[in-house]
Amino acid sequence: MSTPQIRVAEAIARIPYARFLGLRAELKGDELTLVMPFAPHLIGNPVLPALHGGVVGALMEVTALTQLAIASKAEKFPKTIDVNIEYLRSGRPLDTYARARVVKIGRRIANVQAEAWQNERSQPIASLHGHFMTPEADEPSV
Amino acid sequence: MSDEKPPQEYQSGESALERVQAMTRFTPLAQALGIEITRFERGRVWGKVPHREELVGDPETGVIAGGVITTLLDHLCGTAAVSGMKIPVPVATIDLRIDYMRPATPGQDIHAEAHCYKLGKSVAFVRAVAYDDTPDNPVAHAVAAFMVNSNNGRKMGANLRKPKS
Repeated sequence: MSTPQIRVAEAIARIPYARFLGLRAELKGDELTLVMPFAPHLIGNPVLPALHGGVVGALMEVTALTQLAIASKAEKFPKTIDVNIEYLRSGRPLDTYARARVVKIGRRIANVQAEAWQNERSQPIASLHGHFMTPEADEPSV
Repeated sequence: MSDEKPPQEYQSGESALERVQAMTRFTPLAQALGIEITRFERGRVWGKVPHREELVGDPETGVIAGGVITTLLDHLCGTAAVSGMKIPVPVATIDLRIDYMRPATPGQDIHAEAHCYKLGKSVAFVRAVAYDDTPDNPVAHAVAAFMVNSNNGRKMGANLRKPKS
């Protein structure tokens, strides 16, 4: 039988870019945590070294999309309208985690917030606020 | 661009495009994605990420992942900020807003151009557009702010040490 955990893991595994980032999904109840294990190709600043802002953004975006797909019980991934990313701390060369909270699912647009952290949940390295097309609104209305 | 030696003005013999390209060459993620810098003017850069199956976000449609565009825009915005400097120093993204106008055409390279329209002492402001065809038909648009000289006071390998609590 296909549990939600397996379905999410399969959905993530089907995304080539999620594989490129090495993302792994953990689902507790209906709350998803994405894990991005550290890998040398994720570095943006080799001097410090620090993770590239782009991969931290991508991690939170995939988390937001997947959490929204779970919350709206959609089969397909929603489409991104916009994301607003705030970088709070430099990403250390460590495993990074992300969780998202669906603030509101409207008829056409959903509002989702996500956060990424490393060793300490209380010390986020970045946060994302995004708007996404709700999957139903995406269908042709004719 | 470490803190170990004082920053130097660009060598005059070195082409401006080459030194901006070097910044991308020394960024492991940009290398892994295959980001290329194709053109440069002070404060403006053009670049692309060539299409690859690995970078697809939706295997059903073959559309490239939003995250790839996020990374390309973030990287080009940072490069544009550095390209406007007389003495190059590292930058770090403070915030980044991206509007996605339409899905990219499957199988196409993604191009982008970034313009640093204000380079301050502490903060650089940049906007960028990503497209697969012409800049008039954008896939995404970005606005970003960067901290200038983000390594300031931190030595090489600073992130490898335990953080002070």
